[in-house]
Amino acid sequence: MSNDNSQSPPDRRPLIAFAWLWVGAPLAYGLYELVRKATQLFTG
Amino acid sequence: MPPAALSVHLSIGQAYAWSVFKPPLESALGLSGTQSALPFQLGIVMLGLSAAFGGTLVERRGPRWAMTVALVCFSSGFLLSALGAATEQYWLIVLGYGFVGGIGLGIGYISPVSTLIKWFPDRPGMATGIAIMGFGGGALIASPWSAQMLESFGSDSSGIALAFLVHGLSYAVFMLLGVVLVRVPRTEKPVASGPSVVEGVQVSANSAVRTPQFWCLWVVLCMNVTAGIGILEKAAPMITDFFADTSTPVSVTAAAGFVALLSAANMAGRIAWSSTSDLIGRKNIYRVYLGVGALMYLLIALFGDSSKPLFILSALVILSFYGGGFATIPAYLKDLFGTYQVGAIHGRLLTAWSTAGVLGPLIVNWIADRQEEAGKHGAALYGLSFTIMIGLLVVGFVANELVRPVHPRHHVPAPRQEAVDVERQQPESA
Repeated sequence: MSNDNSQSPPDRRPLIAFAWLWVGAPLAYGLYELVRKATQLFTG
Repeated sequence: MPPAALSVHLSIGQAYAWSVFKPPLESALGLSGTQSALPFQLGIVMLGLSAAFGGTLVERRGPRWAMTVALVCFSSGFLLSALGAATEQYWLIVLGYGFVGGIGLGIGYISPVSTLIKWFPDRPGMATGIAIMGFGGGALIASPWSAQMLESFGSDSSGIALAFLVHGLSYAVFMLLGVVLVRVPRTEKPVASGPSVVEGVQVSANSAVRTPQFWCLWVVLCMNVTAGIGILEKAAPMITDFFADTSTPVSVTAAAGFVALLSAANMAGRIAWSSTSDLIGRKNIYRVYLGVGALMYLLIALFGDSSKPLFILSALVILSFYGGGFATIPAYLKDLFGTYQVGAIHGRLLTAWSTAGVLGPLIVNWIADRQEEAGKHGAALYGLSFTIMIGLLVVGFVANELVRPVHPRHHVPAPRQEAVDVERQQPESA
C-alpha cells in the first residue's frame, strides 16, 4: 500500500496535449474556412 | 474529458452539412430536392427519438458504451450510404444515413452530458457548452471538407460512394478518441458554489417528465429554437430581400458571408452564454435569451431595413442566443433534477428541438410565400413572421418565469440513488 502511495502519478500532459490537438486541428480548419467565407459579407 | 466529448460532437455535427451532398445526389440519382433532403430529415427525427428513448439506457450503461454505439451507428450509416451510392440504391442511403446514422446522432449527442456535469459540478454550463459548441463546429469542418472531397472524387455515384466511405472511416477513427478517453469521476465532486435553483435534489427521468418544470423547460427550449431557426432557415434570401430596394443591396456572395457569420455567432453563443449562466444563474440567462431575443426581433422588424449594421448585429445576437439555449439547457436540468439521470432527461427534452425544427421553417417559409402571393416584397415579406417570433419568445419567457424547484414527492430516495450511482460508476471508473 505504501509503495502505491510513494509512486508519482504518470504525467498525463502529453496525452492531454495530444487529445486537444486531435480535436483542435480540424476545428481550426473549420474556423479558418468560416472566417474566409464570413469576410465576403464585407467584401462581396 | 472535454476533448473526448468534442471528438463525438464535432463528428455528429456533420449532420448540418448534409446539404453539400444534395446537389450531387440529385444529379447522379435523378432525385428531387425533397427526396434528397430525406436522409437529413429522417436523421433529425431519429436523433430526437433515440435521445428520448435511449437516454435511460445511456445513463445505465455509461458514456463509453454510449459513445461506442454512436461511433458504430454514425460510421455504419456512412458505410451503408456508400453501398447505396455505389449500387444506385437510394433507399440504402436513406436507411443508412437517416435511420442508422440518426441513432448515432441521438445517442452521441447525449452521451457526454451527464459525465461532463459530474466532472465540472461548479461549472456545468461551461462544461456542456464546450461539448455542444462542438456540434455547431462539426458543420464548419464537414462543409468545406465534404465539398473538397466531392471535387476530388467527382460528383457521380461512384465519387459520392467514395466520399461516403472516407467519411465513415474517418469519423470512426476520430470518434475513437472519445471512446478511449471518456471516464466518469470515481466520486461525484462536491459543489463548492453556484447559483443553482436547488442543491442536492435528485429526480429520475420517469418522474421528471411528470413535473411541470420539465414541460416549462420544454416550452422554453422549443420557443428559443424556433426563434433562432426563423432567422437561420432563410438567412441568405432574408438579408437580400431586406436591402433589395436600398442604395446598398446585398450580393449573393455577401449573403453567403452573412450565413457564415451567423454560424460563428451560433457556435460562440454556445460556449460564451452557457459559461455566463454559471455566474448569473440559469433562469436569468434564459430571461436574457428570450427577453432580449424578442427585443432584437422587434428592432429588426421596426428598423432592420433602414440600417444594415443594426440588422446584422440583431441577427447575430439572436443566433448566439439560439446556440446558448441549446448549450445551457443540460445545466438548467441539472439544477432542477440533479445529476442522477440528467442525460436521460435531456434526451427526452430534445423532442422540443424536433418540434421546433418543423415549426420554425414552417412559420417563416409559409408566411413569406403567402406575403409574396399578396404582392409584398422586400422586408414586408417577413414582418408577420417576426411578430409571431416575438410572441413565441414571450411565451417562452413566461414559461421560464413559471419554473420553480421540483416538489419533494418527485425526489429519488437517497439510499436507492446511491446504490444506482455506485453500480453505474464502477465499470467506467478504471
